Amino acid sequence: MAFFIEKLKRGLKKTADQISQSWNAVINYRTTPEIDFNKLEETLLLADISLQTTENILKTLKSRIESNSSKSNDSGFIVEQLRQILVDKLQINNQRGPLSESTIILLVGVNGVGKTTTAGKLAHQLTHQGRSVTLVAADTFRAAAEEQLTQWASRVKVDIVKGLENEAPATIIYKVLKNFSERTQTIIIDTAGRLHTRVGLMEELKKLVRVAEKMIPLTMLEKWIVLDANMGQNAIHQVEEFHQGIGLTGIVLTKVDGTAKGGIVISLADRFHIPIVYLGVGETMDDIIPFDAQEFVSALLPKAG
Amino acid sequence: MFESITEKLQGIFKNLRGQGKLTEQNIEETLKQIRASLLEADVHLEAIQKFLEKIKQKSLGKEVALSLTPGQVFIKIVQSELINILTPKDKTSTRLKFAPAPPTLILLAGLQGSGKTTTAAKLAYYYKKDGRKPGLVAADLIRPAAIEQLEVLASQIQVPIFKPAAGEKAIEVCIRAVKSALESNCNMLILDTAGRLHVDESMMSEITSIAQRVKPSNILFVADAMAGQDIVRVVTTFHNKLHLTGTILTKADSDARGGAILSITSTTELPILFVGTSEKMDGLEPFYPDRIASRILGMGDILTLIEKIEKNNEKQQLDKLKLAQAKSFNLNHFLDQLRQLKKMGSLQDMISMLPGDVQMKNQIAQNAPNEKKFNQLEAILLSMTPQERQFPQLLDGSRKKRIAQGSGTRPEDINILLKQYDLMKKMMKNENHAEKLLRQMGMNAFPKRPPF
Repeated sequence: MAFFIEKLKRGLKKTADQISQSWNAVINYRTTPEIDFNKLEETLLLADISLQTTENILKTLKSRIESNSSKSNDSGFIVEQLRQILVDKLQINNQRGPLSESTIILLVGVNGVGKTTTAGKLAHQLTHQGRSVTLVAADTFRAAAEEQLTQWASRVKVDIVKGLENEAPATIIYKVLKNFSERTQTIIIDTAGRLHTRVGLMEELKKLVRVAEKMIPLTMLEKWIVLDANMGQNAIHQVEEFHQGIGLTGIVLTKVDGTAKGGIVISLADRFHIPIVYLGVGETMDDIIPFDAQEFVSALLPKAG
Repeated sequence: MFESITEKLQGIFKNLRGQGKLTEQNIEETLKQIRASLLEADVHLEAIQKFLEKIKQKSLGKEVALSLTPGQVFIKIVQSELINILTPKDKTSTRLKFAPAPPTLILLAGLQGSGKTTTAAKLAYYYKKDGRKPGLVAADLIRPAAIEQLEVLASQIQVPIFKPAAGEKAIEVCIRAVKSALESNCNMLILDTAGRLHVDESMMSEITSIAQRVKPSNILFVADAMAGQDIVRVVTTFHNKLHLTGTILTKADSDARGGAILSITSTTELPILFVGTSEKMDGLEPFYPDRIASRILGMGDILTLIEKIEKNNEKQQLDKLKLAQAKSFNLNHFLDQLRQLKKMGSLQDMISMLPGDVQMKNQIAQNAPNEKKFNQLEAILLSMTPQERQFPQLLDGSRKKRIAQGSGTRPEDINILLKQYDLMKKMMKNENHAEKLLRQMGMNAFPKRPPF
C-alpha cells in the first residue's frame, strides 16, 4: 500500500510543487504579510477546480481566517485550513461500505478515459482480495476492444466472457447474469465509450442497466463512471448525464500520474454525492489504488508549517 | 460543442445591451464575466488573460457609432480577436505538408485516450477519398490490442497496414514501413503511436527518436476537446520535444467544449488541421477559424447586420438621431426611424440575422411587423400634422378619429402606435439602439403578442 501512495504522490508531485510555489507567492512573509487571494484563486483554477468551487473554497477559507484573526498571518494555519476544507469536501461523499460479496461492477464513461484498462486493473486488484473475478466485454462497438480486454484477462489470469459480433450489450449482460450463480463472484463489465451527448448510446446504456437491475439485487450492482483526470469542466456534464441516466454509485479517476490533477474531483464532490472509489495511476496492472481523501489532498498540498 | 460558452457570452452581451456606452467600468465588469465563462469552457487561465488584455486594449477609446450599441461594437472586437487567435499566422500551415519525395509521413502523438488510432484511420480514409494512396503504420506496442484495432479499421476502409513483426520495436516498424511504402503502393503513411504522458521521459524519447529517424513532414498532436487546463503544459512539452506541425481536435461532438482549442492555439500558435466529429470513419472535418469563432460567440450573422446598419446610417440620419437623443424623441423621429427600417429590408430577414435561440427568433419574426404594417404605420404618421408629430400629447379623440380616417385605419391602431412610441421613447432615454429598437418594434407592434 505504501508503494501505491508513493506512486500517487509522485504523480501528484508536479501539482504539489506548483501549488507550493504558489504558496510562496500567496503568503509573502517579509513584506506585506497578507494572503494574495488572486494568486490562490489562480492556483486552484489551474488545477481544474471550477470557478464556482474555487470561490466557495476561498470564501470558506477567508471566513475561517477571519474567525481566527490572531492567526491571519500564520501560513501553517492557513495551509492546514485549506487542506481541511478540501478533505471535508471529498470525505462527505465517501462514506461507503465495502463491496458486497457478490458484486457486478459496470464501468461506463466517454471515449478514451481508460475503461478497459481500469477493468483489467480492477480485476487484478479484486482477485488479490480473494475474489473470483470474471471480466465481461460489452464493448462491441470499438474495433478490437474485446481483444484488448482479452489480453488483460490473460495478463491478470481471470475468466472473460465475450459477446458475439454485433450482439447488443444488453443481450450479453442478460446471458452473463442468467448464469450468475449463488457462489461469491465478482463480475466487471466493460462497456463501450459513449459521449454523454449521444442520445441513442445513452438509451442503450439505460437498457443495459434495466436488464441488470431486473436480474440481480440492487445492492449488488455498482455503476462506476470512469473519468480522465486530464479532463476539464466537461467532466461535470458527463457525471450529470450518466448519473441522471443510470444512477451512478462510484467514480474512478484515471491517469492521475500526469500533471495538475484533482481539481475536477473536488468540483464534483461539491455537486454530486457520488463516492470516488479508485484512482488509476499508470498502465501496469498494479496501477490502481483505493481513493483516500486524506492521502489525496496530502499529496496535492504541501505539508502545513 | 461550443454551446455553453456561446450561451454564456450571449448572457453577457445581453447585460451589456442595457448600457449607454462603453466605459472602462462596464468593460471591466464584462471582461470579468467573459473570464468566468471562458474558464468554464476550460480555456487556460493564461490564454484568457492574454485574450482579455487584447480585448481591453481594442475596446477602450473605441468610438461607438451612434446607431450601434456598445454591445455590438464589443461583439465585433471579441469576434475578430477570437478569429485572430484561431487563425495561424501562416495560412498555408493548416494544409498537410506533402513531402517532395513520397511517401508523405504523418506522425500522430498525444496522451492516452485522445483518439489517435481512430484519427489515424480517419485521416487515411480522408486522403484515400482525396485520391492519395495512404497506408497505416501500427506503432503502438504498449496498449493491448492497439494493433488489432488499427488492423480492423484498416480493413474497413481498405488501406494497407504495416504491423510490427515479433520482437520489432515501434521505431523499427516505422523505418521498415517508410522503406517499403512505395513497394506497397503507398505514397502516404500515417504513423499511429502509443499514447504517452508528457512527463514519461522514456516514452517521450521513444517518439522523439522515431521523429528524428523518419523525419515526418507532419507531426500532429491529437488533442481531446474535453481537455482541461493541463493541456497547455502537455502540448507545450510535446511541441518542445517534437516540433509539432499542427494539431487535430478530437471528440468535438461532445458538448460545451472548445476551451482546449483556444488554449492550444493561443499558447503554441499551432494550426488546427482537422476536427473529429464522430466515431465514424468520415467524422473528420477541416477547421475553419471564422466559423468556430462565430460558433463560440453564437452571434449568427450579426456582423452582417451591424454592417448593414452602419451602411444605412447616412450622415443626415445620424444628425437627426443625435437631435432626438439630445432633445426629446417625438413622432417625427419615430417616422424617420420607421423609414430607415424600411430601407434596410425585410424585418424577418433582419431578425434571422440576430443571435439567439432559433425558436425565439421564429416567434419574433412571426410577430414582427411586415411591410404592410410598416406602410400602415407610415400612413398614420403622415396623416398627422407636423405639429401633432412634434407634440403627440395634442392627440385627443377627435384628432385620432381624423387621422384614422385619413390613413384608412381604426382609432385603436393609432393608440397602438402611440403605445409603441411611448415604449420607444422610454428606451431612447437610456440608449440609442437600433437593434433593440428592432426587437421592440417586433415585440410591441401588436398588442396580443405572447410575452417572452
